[in-house]
Formats: sequence, structure tokens, C-alpha cells
Amino acid sequence: MRLRRRFAVLAAKITEKVCVHIFHRQGATWAGKVALLICPSILHELAGQVGKAIFAVCGTNGKTTVNNLLWAALLAEGEKVICNRTGSNMLNGVAAAFVLSADAKGNLDADYACIEIDEASTSEVFAHFKPDYMVLTNLFRDQLDRYGEIDAIMDILKSVMQSAPHIKVIFNGDDPLSAFLVMDSGSDSAAYGISECVIGSNPSREIREGRFCRVCGTQLTYGFYHYGQLGDYICPKCGFQRPAIQFDGRNIELGEEIKFTVGGRCFSSDLKGLYSVYNILAAYAGIRTAGLKAKHFRQALLDFQPKNGRMEEFWIGDTKVWLNLAKNPTGFNQNIDVMLRDGSSKKLVIVINDNDQDGTDISWLWDVDFERLRGLKEDCITVSGIRCQDLGLRLKYAGIRSELEPDAEKAIKSYIDKGSRSLYVLVNYTALFDIRNILKRMG
Amino acid sequence: MRRTSDMKITIGHLYPDLLNLYGDRGNIACMMRRCLWRGIQAETIEFHMGDCVDFKELDIVLLGGGSDREQRIVCGELKKIQGQFQDYVEDNGVVIAVCGGYQLLGKYYRTDAGTMEGLNLLDICTEQEEGRLIGNIILKSGLSKTPVVGFENHGGRTYLNGCRPFGKVLFGAGNDGRSGYEGVVYKNVLGTYLHGPLLPKNPEICDYLLEKALERKYGEVSLRKLDDRLERAANEFICRRFVKGNLSH
Repeated sequence: MRLRRRFAVLAAKITEKVCVHIFHRQGATWAGKVALLICPSILHELAGQVGKAIFAVCGTNGKTTVNNLLWAALLAEGEKVICNRTGSNMLNGVAAAFVLSADAKGNLDADYACIEIDEASTSEVFAHFKPDYMVLTNLFRDQLDRYGEIDAIMDILKSVMQSAPHIKVIFNGDDPLSAFLVMDSGSDSAAYGISECVIGSNPSREIREGRFCRVCGTQLTYGFYHYGQLGDYICPKCGFQRPAIQFDGRNIELGEEIKFTVGGRCFSSDLKGLYSVYNILAAYAGIRTAGLKAKHFRQALLDFQPKNGRMEEFWIGDTKVWLNLAKNPTGFNQNIDVMLRDGSSKKLVIVINDNDQDGTDISWLWDVDFERLRGLKEDCITVSGIRCQDLGLRLKYAGIRSELEPDAEKAIKSYIDKGSRSLYVLVNYTALFDIRNILKRMG
Repeated sequence: MRRTSDMKITIGHLYPDLLNLYGDRGNIACMMRRCLWRGIQAETIEFHMGDCVDFKELDIVLLGGGSDREQRIVCGELKKIQGQFQDYVEDNGVVIAVCGGYQLLGKYYRTDAGTMEGLNLLDICTEQEEGRLIGNIILKSGLSKTPVVGFENHGGRTYLNGCRPFGKVLFGAGNDGRSGYEGVVYKNVLGTYLHGPLLPKNPEICDYLLEKALERKYGEVSLRKLDDRLERAANEFICRRFVKGNLSH
């Protein structure tokens, strides 16, 4: 068996190198596939070699950032950690994280594993190993054509949680859907949340999912409200409410950098937007729940520079380019929020593809509040990607004129050539890798 | 003929809290804008659970999609307004019902979790069957010279029992994946699985509904043509991608 595992590790490493150097693609998915084909039990065996604990990171938005934050925070504590950092989060990608970290003898030397898992792939992955902790970021509407209704995802997550009776779930207590799911699963849990009014927006317009109590069907009422369905909610009929929050974000400041306190400790970061506060809280709650003191968390946060197209900054000549993934209405609305907080004059390129991994249904574009961009100057938005026409049409009906340029590289280049100082590039999934390469090349 | 600036369209959006899947906002935005661009006043009223719906003040009713669970919640509420809704339909009131809303127009929707009684406005019914029908879809419809494009995602199969379909399927699955037809048209009611949303990429359908609503209220009208280049480009892109050969544009 050991020999088989050694061979699988070797084959996976070669596969990865071939993908990266010859095909210029991330090789994780293929490497994982090859390893599992050669040695089907390899994921189970290597997961068993993780010394202290395995974290699974799930949820609609923020998985990759939270997983990378967890990884960075654990490294800062001096732990040995493996992680599927690039966000390859289906079974093969998860397997690759373990296999590519194994040594030539087919063994793993790691204290912790931080593994983000696509919600729809959780049951497949949990069949190989049971994580000790699950960090659940949030549940929003996303890619209905792939995942079906949000109810279906909640059913899957409930059954995997119940399949791992010792798992402890760290979840966003401000999200009534996550809170209900955790309660319903009966799992041991700890909640994080933002315990004060920050943006002061009105829940009536924005909530599209989870507006009604999952226990009894009555409309939830809110004390304070953040975005999506996140806030301080209570059901006036059955009493279902925001749970007690163990990791409690307060004194929130959103600006060039974000600042907040949790349990008397003060943190700051270059990451932007209220959603970033949630991501940081999730990672912090994760490692604290696992028993670490997180003494170096503050520094880990300051050093944290995601190089994966999530809020990644590039300088091309005098132009600051800000690349971010935006693949569902809640994520997109948060991006718009961050952009509007930046008072400087800026240009925007939005790239929308409809490949399988993006979701072939792009009707969610109509649920994004593009109307909020009406205040921007004329001629500062270019729509691109496979479905640029749909996006242009969406903007037209929001009362916004846009340029149409199917080729994203040309669209970006044109703004840079015109000497724009600040350029935001928002893309959905399959455009991310290519555009990141384009920006790296130009920079 | 009356000046369009004296005209007004009132759209009733039923239960947007629960029936709001797949960009229904796009259908509303499309109808509103295309009125306003022509100088026709337009207003949308949202009706929530428990609200009294006065169909006499409405010119267009929009019933959107929801998950099976949400549809079940709405179902009971709809029974309370069934009588008025039926009078509105028989009096040529314009209705656009998408996905779950389409299923609710019929006699029943049978799912694994039980049977939901529909509004019984049309002699159609829906059965949940194995597998979901998901993907881009293109129709040839008598209501539009241009092919109708959209996206479908449904587990229910809808049977028309002799009612008139909205269109013939050129690409995609349609009502039941077998008959080759999609949607239903009865008087001024349009029921369909097409979201995407339906109206922005199919402006002829939008204008057809607006015209019917205005005619019912004001008598004969003729809608001014709009600059639909972007709408047509988005429509054509889908047609070219999935249907070979010439489609009239």
C-alpha cells in the first residue's frame, strides 16, 4: 500500500509540473485526479497524518480568503500547515493539497490542514476524511443552475455535518440561514458576528434569501442590518434569533484600511469592505476555537497579501488596478460598495463569462444593484467577456451607458493607454485566471 | 388616438419576497423603462403576504418564481385572491407568470413532498419528474418575429391539456422535454419557464404585453419603435451560438 501511495505522490507531482510549465495552467485538479486514480485511499491516509486538526472552509462567499487567512494565521503561530490555497475546492483539488505536500516516501508532515471545499462537493470529500472544524462563512444565492435552490445546499451541508459527529462548526451568527442550519444539524458550534450597526442600510429592499424564519415561516425583523440577510434578526412568532456571539466584531471603521476590535483586541487590514471584516472574524474565530491563542494574528493580518485575484492590487505604469472576483449578487453588491467608498475618479471593467464553472445562467446580473453606479461619470464602464451584451443590456436598463469590448485585455489596455489612474476590474470565475495573468504580464 | 403622455400602466408584482428567483426585477425594469422611454407613465406596486390585492387598479400582473418551499407558502395566500384573479384574467387582464408562477397558474403541481393546489386559472398541470431541465432555450413564438431566448431551470413538467403554447422549442427542453413546446398563452396571460430574465432580450414580447395592457385600458394604441440594437445583439448572440442556420432577425 505504501508503495502505491509513493507512486501516486510522484505521478501527481509530475502531472502538476507538466500542467504548469507546459500548459501554463494550474495543475492541482489534474494532480489530484491522477493521485486518486492510482491510490484511491490516498486522501484518507494522508488526512490521517495531519497532527493536530483539519479545518474545512465552506460557504457561498469568502471561502478562499478565509482559508488563506487561516493558513497565514496558523503559519504565524509557527505551525506546519497545508492548504488548497488557489481555491481548487472540489474533490481533486482537495486531494492535490495533501498529495503535493507529501514527501517522496508518501508521508505528510503537517500540524494543520486548511481545506476549502465547494459546498456541493462536501459529501464526496467527507467520505475520505472528517474535518475537526468547519468554518461556514455564509449562505447566499449563487449559481442556481449548478447548485439548485439554496435549500438543496443546506440539505447537503446538514447531512455532512451530521456524518461527522465530532465536528465543531464556526459560523456567521449574523446569517439566519447559517444559524438555522447549524441548529438543525445539532452540531457543536461557535458563532462570530458584527454586533453594531455599520452601514445603516434598510433590510426591506436587499434581502432576497432567508427573509422568512426557517423554523416557522414568519418574516424576520431586524434590530440592525448589514447586507444580504446578515444582521441582528429575530422571529416575532417563534423566537428564533441571532445566537449568542462568541467572537464579536465592534468599533468597525471602513476606509482605506479597515479596523475593528474583537474581545478587546484591535485589528487592522488593507482588505476592504464590511465583508472583509467578516472574513477576518471567521479566520480568527477558527483558530481561537481550535485552542490557539492567536498571539501573532495581528501581524499575520498586516502581512496578508492575497495573490489570487481576490482584492489583488497591480500597478501598471501610473495606473492602480484592483482585481476582484464577483460571482453572485451579494458579492457584487459588496464590490460596488467598496468602489463607491473610494472617492477618487475611477474606471471599471466588468467581465462576465458563462462557462460551466461560472454557472451558465447569468440572470443573477439583474439582481445586482447596478443602479447605484448611476452617479459615476459618463464613459467609465466597459463590459466584457462572453456575455458582455447581456451585461451591457443590464446596465442600459439601470440607466447607465457602457462600452462593449468582448476582449477583456483590449478593454483594460484601452483605459491604461488613456492614462486612467484607478481601474477596477470585476470578473467572474473563469475569467479570473486569464485576466490575472494579463495584469501580471502588463505590470 | 390618445397621446401616450396621458397614459399610465400599473404593474402589480405579487409576493416579491417569496417569488423572486432569477432576476424577476429585470422583467419589471424592462416594462417600466420601455413605458417611460415612450412617455407613458409607469408604476409598480409590490404586494406582500397579507396585503389586499385590488386587481381593478392593475394593468399587468407579474408572478415570479420561487423554490418549491416558497411556492408552498404562497399557495395558501393565492387561494384568498383566486376569485378576483380569475375575473381579471377573463376580463383580458395581462399576466406574466414565470417558472414557479407559471406552475401556480394551473390546477396543481405534484411534487415528492405533496401536491400543491394551483390558482386553477388555466387547464394545465405540473408534475415533478426525475432530473431538472436546465439550460439556455430558444423558441419560435407567434408573439414575436424574432426568436425568443432565455434560460430554463425546472424540475416540474407542465402539461397543457390542449391549451395554446407560447412557442415551439428550437433549442432546449421546454414544458416537459418531450412535446417540443414551451409555455402557455391564454387570452392575455403568458406563462413560461423562460427567465434570464425573459423581457429585456425579447423586447417584442415586452411590447406585446404593454400593447395588450394599453389596449384594454385605452382602446387601440400603437407603440413607438425604440432603439433596440443592444437588445437584438444580445438575443442574436444566443441564437447564433445554439441554433445553426438562419433565424430571422
